[in-house]
Amino acid sequence: MSALITPGAGAQAGADAAAQVAGDAGPPTQPRPRARNRVSGQARRMRWWHLFLIPFCFIWIYPFLWMVTAAFKTPQEMLLGGIGLWPNEWTLDNFVRAWTTGRFGDYTLNTLTFAIAVVVIQVLVASLAGYALSEKTLPGRKIVMGVLVVAMFIPHGYTIIPVFQLVNAIGLQDGLLGAAIAQAAPGLVVPVLLYVGFFSGIPNELSEAARVDGAGYLRTFRSVMLPLAKPVTGTVVLMNFIGAWNSFFIPLVFTLGRPELRTLGVGMYNFFGTDTTDWTGLAAGASIAIIPIVIVFLFLQRSFVEGIAGAVKS
Amino acid sequence: MTTAAITAPSKPGAPSKTRARRQAVLWGWLFLVPLVVLFTAFSLWPIVASWAYAFFDWDGVGPPEVFVGLDNFREALNSSSFWNAFWNSFLFSLGALFIELPAALCLAMLLNNVLLRGRNIYRLAIFLPVVSTTAVIGLVIAVLLAPVGGVVNEVLLGIGLVDRPVNFLGDPNVALPTLVVVDIWKGFGITLIYWLAALQTVPKDLYEAAKLDGAGARQQLANITIPVIMPIAVVVLLLTFQRSLNTFDLVQAVTGGGPIFSTDVLPTYIYRYAFDASIAAPRYGFACAVGVIFGVFTLIITLLQGPLLAGRLKRTAA
Repeated sequence: MSALITPGAGAQAGADAAAQVAGDAGPPTQPRPRARNRVSGQARRMRWWHLFLIPFCFIWIYPFLWMVTAAFKTPQEMLLGGIGLWPNEWTLDNFVRAWTTGRFGDYTLNTLTFAIAVVVIQVLVASLAGYALSEKTLPGRKIVMGVLVVAMFIPHGYTIIPVFQLVNAIGLQDGLLGAAIAQAAPGLVVPVLLYVGFFSGIPNELSEAARVDGAGYLRTFRSVMLPLAKPVTGTVVLMNFIGAWNSFFIPLVFTLGRPELRTLGVGMYNFFGTDTTDWTGLAAGASIAIIPIVIVFLFLQRSFVEGIAGAVKS
Repeated sequence: MTTAAITAPSKPGAPSKTRARRQAVLWGWLFLVPLVVLFTAFSLWPIVASWAYAFFDWDGVGPPEVFVGLDNFREALNSSSFWNAFWNSFLFSLGALFIELPAALCLAMLLNNVLLRGRNIYRLAIFLPVVSTTAVIGLVIAVLLAPVGGVVNEVLLGIGLVDRPVNFLGDPNVALPTLVVVDIWKGFGITLIYWLAALQTVPKDLYEAAKLDGAGARQQLANITIPVIMPIAVVVLLLTFQRSLNTFDLVQAVTGGGPIFSTDVLPTYIYRYAFDASIAAPRYGFACAVGVIFGVFTLIITLLQGPLLAGRLKRTAA
């Protein structure tokens, strides 16, 4: 079972399972054979659940299966309908049409630009601030931390209008940078707290040693601390890259008057708005938008899922 | 600042200790500048500004000048379309809280069982909608639900559950429940991960002890699982509630709030007044007022959960 998932996650899951099984068989007071009988009996009973889970998950991911296979069908085959997934005749025409006349090529590039900009802003700003705030003697530290934490719990409602005005006022409305800042800034709190937590855990001796070796504040941060924080950076990059790739509201608002800046989500929305009958083209466009991010997720799912789970535990 | 960096490492010794310390403080503050600037401008200021704009009649051209007092608020609260959007938003929350949360908990308990083979593959499958772009997968589902040629209707007609195609997204009575279900499908994976994280905090030896005492599965659930995960459950409740209230992407992409505003939610309502090209002039002041009402409402609900949260924590501690 684990072999089918990515190696890291599989190994982790295996270890996890092993640990839990070991825990189950743990107490020495339990007579061993009885315990094993009970466990295998339960395991046999658990097998019946597959009768429910396999069809359930098939229906659950059916939209994805439909999307990927429909993208390779000819429009004629789609018109004839039917619920069969497998294309009779494979074609790449839909992808070509979506990529060129549907402009999904441009949209993909825009989405990449937008997502990378968001991630760069967040890592840069959050790591700098996180390092500064990890120094407990820094004057003003408590105020900044307090404001961040309180702001996290205040529901923002819909404050897009002042943000929109502000981006226009500083003249960033002509590119995706303004949208990227608008996307990145409100989401800075969690990355900052992650970096603070990480840097606080690093023993002071390390920065002392760097100072003795002649490294200044900036150098200590850049050459010693930031490379150490790679796990945090990885989590921040992954979470926010996926978030930015999938974001719709901010790119929509900021590209209203500029079709050439649309991201995949917004482009798809407009594509469907102008042509509701080209289902195979839509499926191809959707595949272009979704498959890359699903692949990124599948490779790095463990840290992504842990990032989400961490949100509730802390 | 640059000179400080160059001189900093040069002279170790008593007099430079305070200087090094002062430099560290200055560097620390410098490192904080990007955060403080961005966060103030794009997170704190917008909260303050939308409160201020809410008191003006303003179309976004030039500075807001026509002060109208509470008129925007009064207009919103007296408008049936506002309350329509409000209740629809609330319905998304009800769906999330009363269907998604319990269903995800049941599935999480099943998928948390180490004896179930392949549980990681099931988890991945259920999580898949979460990582896909809402607006895009929403449109794919709209095609699947199409009354003519849509797969769902073909299946329903084929097995004889309905005699004529259901217009899932075009019928004002059906569109909202349909979107609520799609929204649950889209967010289910996150809730599942929350619950799995919660279930993993339950110490295994509690179950062993209970088994020795002869407690059945139901008793274990009521007396161990539920009480232990309660504190996390309150957080999950809060997060799910806030997420479900902010359903914009799905509704805007799939129905745009239609047909005849039957799926309009507060975020799409606000969007329409501020950015929709089909209205004559944007009404930023009014849209801000609705945003403020929405924010206050969410805040009240959040604060209501505060004592609950504190109470739960106290009870577990005791």
